[in-house]
Amino acid sequence: MPEGVLEIDRISKRYGEVVALRDMSFDVRAGELFGFVGSNGAGKTTAMRIALGVLAADSGGVRWNGRTVDLDTRRRIGYMPEERGLYPRMKVLDQLVYLAELHGMGTNEAHTSAENWIARLGLRDRRTDEVQRLSLGNQQRVQLAAALVHEPDVLVLDEPFSGLDPVAVDVMSQVLREKASAGVPVVFSSHQLDLVERLCDRVGIISAGSMVASGTVDELRSGGAARLVVESPTTEWAATLESVRLIERNGTRCVLELADGTDDQTVLHAALAAGPVHEFSRQRPSLTELFRNVVTTEGRSG
Amino acid sequence: MTSARAVSLVAKREFVTKVRTRSFLIGTAVIIAVLAGYVVLQSVLFDDQQHSVVGLSGQATQLADPLREKAKAFGIEVETRDVTTAGDAEQQVRDGALDALVTGAPPELKMIVKGSGDDVLATALNDVLRQQVLTAQLAEAGINPQEVAQSLANATVAVTALEPVDPQRGQRLAIGLIVAALLYYSLLVYGTMVAQGVVEEKSSRVVEILLATLRPWQLLLGKVIGLGAVGLLQLLVISTVGLGLSSAFDVIDVSSLGGAALLTGVLWYLLGFFLYATVFAAAASLVSRQEELQSVLTPISMTIIVAFVAGINLMIGNPSGTTVTVLSMLPPFAPILMPGRMALGVAPAWQVLLAVALALLAIAAITWLGGKVYANAVLRTGARVKLREALKL
Repeated sequence: MPEGVLEIDRISKRYGEVVALRDMSFDVRAGELFGFVGSNGAGKTTAMRIALGVLAADSGGVRWNGRTVDLDTRRRIGYMPEERGLYPRMKVLDQLVYLAELHGMGTNEAHTSAENWIARLGLRDRRTDEVQRLSLGNQQRVQLAAALVHEPDVLVLDEPFSGLDPVAVDVMSQVLREKASAGVPVVFSSHQLDLVERLCDRVGIISAGSMVASGTVDELRSGGAARLVVESPTTEWAATLESVRLIERNGTRCVLELADGTDDQTVLHAALAAGPVHEFSRQRPSLTELFRNVVTTEGRSG
Repeated sequence: MTSARAVSLVAKREFVTKVRTRSFLIGTAVIIAVLAGYVVLQSVLFDDQQHSVVGLSGQATQLADPLREKAKAFGIEVETRDVTTAGDAEQQVRDGALDALVTGAPPELKMIVKGSGDDVLATALNDVLRQQVLTAQLAEAGINPQEVAQSLANATVAVTALEPVDPQRGQRLAIGLIVAALLYYSLLVYGTMVAQGVVEEKSSRVVEILLATLRPWQLLLGKVIGLGAVGLLQLLVISTVGLGLSSAFDVIDVSSLGGAALLTGVLWYLLGFFLYATVFAAAASLVSRQEELQSVLTPISMTIIVAFVAGINLMIGNPSGTTVTVLSMLPPFAPILMPGRMALGVAPAWQVLLAVALALLAIAAITWLGGKVYANAVLRTGARVKLREALKL
């Protein structure tokens, strides 16, 4: 079973005056699904291209099990580029066999594996069709098969879910989960944050070329200032507490942000002292809110 | 995986994919058909010129042997037929079964032809007739006609040629032109094919997946070798069929000239292809779409076209002239002009070796430079990459 860690270590990349990546670091461990989120132009694709050696970094390095990734280790990576790419006039089966062979498989092994993934991804009827004659969704499946056909030790997928119908999304999620549980580190980027939240073990949020937050979804959601949702007829009691800030008020519901180290029970007592309390809960931001928060903060500071 | 395996995988894909395409099969078939048509036409024209059927009637039949001999001396072949008993001899001339009908008794002969008639045949017939008249009158005067004939035969001018004309010059020129034309076609077509392949990979973005597992030079070399092999295959098929047909129809003396021309053709195809294909590939890597390809390929295609058109004209005029000699040794023109001059037999060994050496040097330089441009530009999609930027990086 392949096991190992993919480490991205302080990579930087500039295109002329534009800084695409600034000291970006993260690692993906064996059996882990790592979701990579960030707004357009944040540097996701650049980071993945550098990890695959398709692009050279100005500084920093990419390591697999502690060793710098070279062409031989790179052959063990399954890659799905953001810009989908297959030979339009090549037949599905021929194409997959060719790619498997290029990644170091013998001819027989390549055939077996190509047929296997064609069957897994429901492409059996189309195996001798030219790729350009396939629907967009089926082309996406072939693209996934192209990333998987050489049974890679690492998966790096740039926007694997874009353009997929809900059934294909399920198939894709299932395949990724399966690969991860087989011990393969999986990195993928996506704009579908709910999907990332549901699927990933860990998430990295990048903005303007830097990793601004990373950790498990729970860690990220519970990080930052604690917030409470309180439903009570008045809110004047909140103003009397020094360590509490009113963020938002909507009818009788309000959202409060607590300064570090504030005991929520103190807040509850203060609220009860002022009147009846119908709801009192900790608010955990969704990944989308976190993302929006991070990106707008970064945007202001940058 | 070794580099050799990587390159051979790429080359195999290029070869198999291209050879299977309809355009390759149809293209090859069309060229062979054109070639076959040309050869058959040549041989028919040749035959028509050289072979005449003459009908002889009545007393004219005694002219059969001398006429055949005289015609042979004139380089034409005459078949004679006794048509004395044929009532429709004139009709046979009209139908084209006979090229000429000769009637009457010497010296009052009549020749009937359909149209303009064959001047050579008429001259031959006149000579035969005069000979007969002369012989008859000499005999009458008591002189031995055979002695006179002997003296006449000895009275010839001894010609010493300072620059002997090659009796095969015509054939050599034809072979030289055909070789040059085939190389011109192959370089242009297969060079363009390499360029299209590069852009196809770039525009379909498959190059990004490929370069995650291959080095740019492996991909480039594999592509050049694979498509070069397709071109070579086509060249060999066409030449073999062409030579076979030519020898079958006696158009060209294959044994001495054709084989040698084929060998030099293959050698120069390989040199020329490696020289041009890398340039084509590097130029193609600068653009991202097939529509933009023409603009970057034009300067390269123009070089080949100029080399061919100008070279052919110079070669027909004077294959040993200074201009064509110098051009045939310079790398961009050598692959088209040198094999032509070699087929003509006017290129001394030192010129051939110099041309080969220069071509090899140029290939080394071009491969290095072209490989660099290709590696730098092939992943940059979108706007056309400036050549200076591609070289700088």
